[in-house]
Parts: sequence; structure tokens; C-alpha cells
Amino acid sequence: MQDSNKPYETKVIVGGGEKVQQWSVYLIAVVVYMAIVGSFPFNSFLSGVLSCVGTAVLAICLRIQVNKENKEFKDLPPERAFADFVLCNLVLHLVIMNFLG
Amino acid sequence: MARNLGFLVLILSLSICQAAIFRPITDTHRSAALELFTPIDGSFGSLDDTYEALRTFEILGIEGKTDITPMTCPLVVENLGSSSSSLKDLFYALRVNGILKCEISAEVFEGISSKLQAIVKDASLLLDFYYSIGSLVLIKDQGFKSNALLGDADGIFHSIKTLSQSDGRWRHSSNGPGSTIYGAGIALEALAGVVSLASTEVDQSMIGTVKNDIIKLFDGLESYDDGTFYFDDKLVDAREHQSSLSTTSSVIRGVTAFAAVTSGSLNLPGDKILCLAKFFLAIGIPGSAKDLFNQIDSLACLENNRQVINVEMSFFWYRVSIPLILSVPATVLSLTKNDQLKVKVNTVLGSNAPPLTVKLVKAFSSDSKANSIVENQELKFDPESSVHFLDGLPNSVDIGKYIFFFKVVLHDPEQKKVYATGGQTQVPIVVTGFIKIDNAEITVVDSDLGSIETNQKLDLHGENDVSLSANHLQKLRLSFQMTTPLGHAFKPHQAFLKLRHESRVEHIFVVGNSGKQFVIVLVKFLQPIYLCGIFSPIYACAYDFLGLVEKFYYLSGRYDIQLTVGDATMENSFLQALGHVELDLPEPPEKATRPPLQPVDPYLIYGPKQEITHIFRKPEKRPAQELSLAFLGLMLLPFFGFIIGLTRLGNLKNFPTSTVPAIFAVLFHVGIASVLLLYLLFWLKLDLFTTLKALGFLGAFLLFVGHRALSHLASTSAKLKSA
Repeated sequence: MQDSNKPYETKVIVGGGEKVQQWSVYLIAVVVYMAIVGSFPFNSFLSGVLSCVGTAVLAICLRIQVNKENKEFKDLPPERAFADFVLCNLVLHLVIMNFLG
Repeated sequence: MARNLGFLVLILSLSICQAAIFRPITDTHRSAALELFTPIDGSFGSLDDTYEALRTFEILGIEGKTDITPMTCPLVVENLGSSSSSLKDLFYALRVNGILKCEISAEVFEGISSKLQAIVKDASLLLDFYYSIGSLVLIKDQGFKSNALLGDADGIFHSIKTLSQSDGRWRHSSNGPGSTIYGAGIALEALAGVVSLASTEVDQSMIGTVKNDIIKLFDGLESYDDGTFYFDDKLVDAREHQSSLSTTSSVIRGVTAFAAVTSGSLNLPGDKILCLAKFFLAIGIPGSAKDLFNQIDSLACLENNRQVINVEMSFFWYRVSIPLILSVPATVLSLTKNDQLKVKVNTVLGSNAPPLTVKLVKAFSSDSKANSIVENQELKFDPESSVHFLDGLPNSVDIGKYIFFFKVVLHDPEQKKVYATGGQTQVPIVVTGFIKIDNAEITVVDSDLGSIETNQKLDLHGENDVSLSANHLQKLRLSFQMTTPLGHAFKPHQAFLKLRHESRVEHIFVVGNSGKQFVIVLVKFLQPIYLCGIFSPIYACAYDFLGLVEKFYYLSGRYDIQLTVGDATMENSFLQALGHVELDLPEPPEKATRPPLQPVDPYLIYGPKQEITHIFRKPEKRPAQELSLAFLGLMLLPFFGFIIGLTRLGNLKNFPTSTVPAIFAVLFHVGIASVLLLYLLFWLKLDLFTTLKALGFLGAFLLFVGHRALSHLASTSAKLKSA
């Protein structure tokens, strides 16, 4: 993927499939931690898991939308996709913070 | 036997009123009158209440007039003087004045009587006639005779008579709904008033018709089971309905008033008058002031209905028979104390009767009315206490319930027309005495062999404390004999044996009897073999054998024995602890019934309760604080890596350089950072609603700013593309 093809905002966030791998690593780390210390506030564990998964999903969506080679989203300006990404993240994190307890 | 039965029927038919006890007016009525008629602030309230109170006090001989005169007389004067007083108020004001004798001037009476004369001529309602004529009679009695006399007495008599019906009742108005007996009473009083106020004599044929009406009215008498007679109106109009007491009083007043002003007797049977008097006496002490007034006033009318015919010869002619009441003050006589049978004969208001003798005609036992134990015995008279007494009960009177038949015989045969004595009076008498109990013994019998294992004699007149033991294969037998003072067998109402276990489970058995002997046998067999009846022919035993062991819930141990024997006529009824018995019962089978739970001492529930120890769930294992902090640091590392990566990448080339878009871009980043900070605060201490409110503001700001920044970026990239 050419870095210059992407507007600046998306580069950092999306930057290759490494980012998705990074979120998977996060996920595994949270699960391992729960296995060690026990699942007492189970809602906290769930919100941690959900945060990782949700953010990864949103990142993937953004990548798909921004990618110029993707025929489906040709007419969608990347700024619009980015704005959607930001909004969805904010909503997701509100829910997660509420569920964190 | 048939002759006795026929004789009995004759006797019962002679006594009109059944076996009930009636007592004349006593001091209890006087104290009740003082309680019910209490003046409030010196007056009794309205004029009719005042009149009722004063009349009751006058009849009973209670002094109460002087207290209320200052408050009541002004009210009376005001009512009599005012031209707007109603007829009813005038009537009661005159009645109160008749008792209190307030100072009223002659002009007032003249004015009232001329007004009343005018009303009487035009009246059409029964109550109008009653009040106006009654007021005129009162004016005449209070000394103003000339004003009160009626000119057209025949015409007024006729007008009142037209309201009567054929069955003796009276309608209240000519076009009114129904006729009532209460109205008849009022009408008779009004007619009596007309006759007494007539300046010329009233037509005798009309008076004769009214006398027939009275006879017809008395045909409508109703009676209760105890033989008292009364009048009662059927319920026509709930508002105006009078109770049976007020209806009967109204009739008595009317009849006695009418009899007082007419010559010749009314031919009313004396027995009916006596039973009417007993109706009033049977009420006892009424609960309301009005009922007390009706009762006392009617009884006074019955007692005092006499008219002086010839003063010089002191000859009184009684119109309606004066009832005489036979009362027995004490109906329970004790043989041990040698009580005397005492009888009193009085008039209804408690005054002395004329000279007479009381005879005890017959006396039957309540159980067997076969033979009378007494024949025509005369009672002696004690003039000091005015009591007739029987000098010693007959020898054949044993303990039990009897009905005594009394008859009153007047010394002067002429007075039979004057007084109503009522044939034979039945009075229930209870004779009590000391019952002898002997041959009492308690035995434990071996059922199989029939041999007596333990036998203990008891003294049921004194203390006992036996100690027995038995097992389930034996019988417990208790027997005793009861005899009356005359030596007859006695069967008490209650004869119970109670066995109480130490755990307070109780069992009660009824002691059966045959003849004189009382026996109870408790059998505790397991096999259903009926062995009862072998030993002695004089006990009754019908116990379910298997059931008895089950009944005891298989509880072995010490049982306390208690015997209770009692009767209304037995003076030495007793409840005695006899001792205890150790019972050895077999083990309960699997499905045996448990004994019922005994009631817990209720005071125990008010004490402190048992301490409750709560069991909490064990708290979850929490990780050590260091580990948690280490994990936190681990999670935050990538974030810092991200910041470092940002600067390394130099990703800020597309950042807008010109001022306005730059500001918007900066604000956009600031907005996102502030939202994330808000979330952090939300997690730490804020609640959802505050967060949402703040988020609303921030979100709106962020939207605006972001839109501007991104649209600027989009336009620059579009320019680049097109270029």
C-alpha cells in the first residue's frame, strides 16, 4: 500500500495489516490477564474485549472504504469515511466506558 | 296416666302466661330514670323531652323539679305567649306547666283557648284533633274551665269517629294511606277529651260504637312465647313507624282515658290486661329515655285508672282491671341452708296489693311431670316485709328443677272485678343441695386374666394422691356412686376424666353411668378383641381399642389424672387431681400421628429473639495491586509507541497551513481529546446523564469543527486532483 495514496489521518490509523494484528495482540493480552486474575468484574473484562474487537472492526471498515482500488466505495470521499470512523469510535467508547463500571 | 295427662292439660290451659318471671318496678328503675334523664345546663332540651322526664319522675316519686324550673319556665311562657308556636309545642308547654306550675296570666290562657277552639272546628288531621283537644283539657285542669268547654261536642266526636276503620284502627287523615293502631290510641285519647269537655252530654250511641271499636282493637293483640301481649303496627311508612312499645303505650293511654270518662265497664278481659302489663314489665330497664317514659307512663295508667263516682262513700269504680304481679325474688333454693320459698304480690308500680292469700297449687319436677309433690298449700304472710312465704319445703322436694304453680286468692270477692290476678302463675324454681359421693375407687385391671393388680380407694370429698402404673395390656377403671340428700341416684351434667402427659398433651374422657354407679374403663389393647362386659354389668364402654393407644400418640410416661364432676343443682361440684399413672405404651410405628404441638407460652414471644448470623458469599479473589498496575502499564505502552510513531512518520504534511482551516483542524483534535477526557471522567466519577449532557455540547461543537476541517481538506484534494 502506498502511503502517499492515503490522506494523513488514515495513514497512522490504518497503516497496513499490522494494525489489525496489533489489536489482535491486545485482545489476546486481555484474555490472558483475565485468565490469570480471575473474571471477577466480568463486565470489565467484556468491555476490554469489546473495545479491542470493535476498534479493529472499525479500522478495517475504514481501510476498505478509503482504498481507491475498491470499486464499491468509489464515490465516497475519504474524509467522509474518516468522519464516520471517528463518530463510531466515539460512540463505541462511550458504551465501553459505561460498561466498564 | 290419662287422667293425669288430662289434668295437666287443664292446668296448663288455665295459666295464661307461661313460666316466666316478671318483677314490678323497683328502685333499679328509679336509678335508671335518673341516669337516662339527665338535665344538660339546667334543662332537658325540647318541651316533649322535658315533659317525659318530669312525668317519669312524678310517677316514680323522684324529686327533680326544682332544678330545672328556672330554665324551663321561661321557655314555657314564651311558647304559650307566642302566636307562631305549633300545636305540638303548645300542647307540651301546657303539659310541662301542669307539672311545674309556672306563673302564666289568665289572658294568655284565654288567647290560647280561643285559638284552639277555632282550630278544633276546622281540623281534619287526627294529630291536630289530638293536640288541640288535649291542650283544651289541660287548660281546663289548670283552672280555666270556662274557656275550654266545647260547644259542638257531638260534631267533633263524629269528625274524629269518621276516621276510624272497621277493624278498630284509625287513619291519620281522611285521605291518608293506611290506618294504624297507634292512631287508634291517639284517637281514643282525643275522644275522651271531647267527652270530658262537652258542655252537653255526648250521644251515648256513639260512645257505644267506640266501645265496640275498642273490643275489635283488642282482637288484634299479638303475643310472645312467654305469654305477654302487645300491639304492633305493620310497617307502612318507615319514617313514621312506631315501635311495638310506643304503639302499645298509646293504646293503653287511650283506653284508660276513655274508660275514665265513660260510665259502665269496657268488658275487657282482666287476663289480657294482665298480660299487657307483663309485656311492659318484661322489658326490664329500657335503654332509651323515650322507652322508659312509655313503659312507666303506661304502667301508671293501668294502676291508676280509677274514677271517683261517689266521694262521700269512698267508693272507687275501676274501669280497666288493675293488674297484680306475683314475683319470686329468689328462684334458687338451697336444701343445705334450709332456704324458705318467698313470694311477693304487688301492683305494677311496686305498691302494696289488697289483702290476699297465695296458694301453692301444684309443683312438678321439670323432668317428670307425672306426680305433683305438693297439693294446695297456703303460704303464710309476713306483714312487716309484705312477703308470702312457705314454712319449710315439703319433705319430698329433692335436688333438681321444678315448676311451681301459684294462685292468688283475694280476700274480698268484690275485688275480683277490680284486680286482674291471672289464674295460675308458673314459676321455675331450682333446688340445690349437697351430693354424697362414695364408693369411689380406682383400679388397674389385668385384661387377660381379669385379676386386679392395683386397687386404691378414693375419698372424693377430700384430697387424693394415688400413684399407679400400667402398660398397654391393662385396663384402668374408675368408679364412684352419687346420691342426693333423699337417697336417689343423681346424674350430673358433667363428669370428665382428664389424663395429662408431662408434655402437656391432654386426653379427656366422659364418664358413663348406669343407675347410681359411674364407671369409666380405659382399655388399651392392640388386638381388636372385645373383652368388655365380662367383669361387671354396670359400666358402659365403647372405646376403639386400637384407637386408644393411637389416641395417646404412643406417648409413654407419667400422666396426671384429673376428675371433674359438676351440675347446676350440685353445691359441691369439684375438679380434683387424683394423682398420676405411669403408662408404658409400645413404640410408635413409622406412620403414627405425632402429638399436636402444644401452645407456646405467649409471653415468650415478647422476649429478645435469637441472634441471626448472616452468611455472606466469599468475596472474589482480586489480583494483587502490583499486578494490576503492571498490566495497566503494559496496555499504555502501545499508546506511547503510537505517539512516537506519529512524530517519526512525519505524517503531518497534509496539515493545513493557512490560518482559518488550521484553527479548525486544531480545534477538531482538541475536540476529540476532550471527548476522550470526558469519558475518562465518566469512568472515574461522573454519571451517565451528566456525561450525556456534556457529550451533547461537545459533540455538536465537534461536528461543526470537524465538518469545516474535513471539507477544507476535501476541497484541497479535489483541487489537486483536478489540477
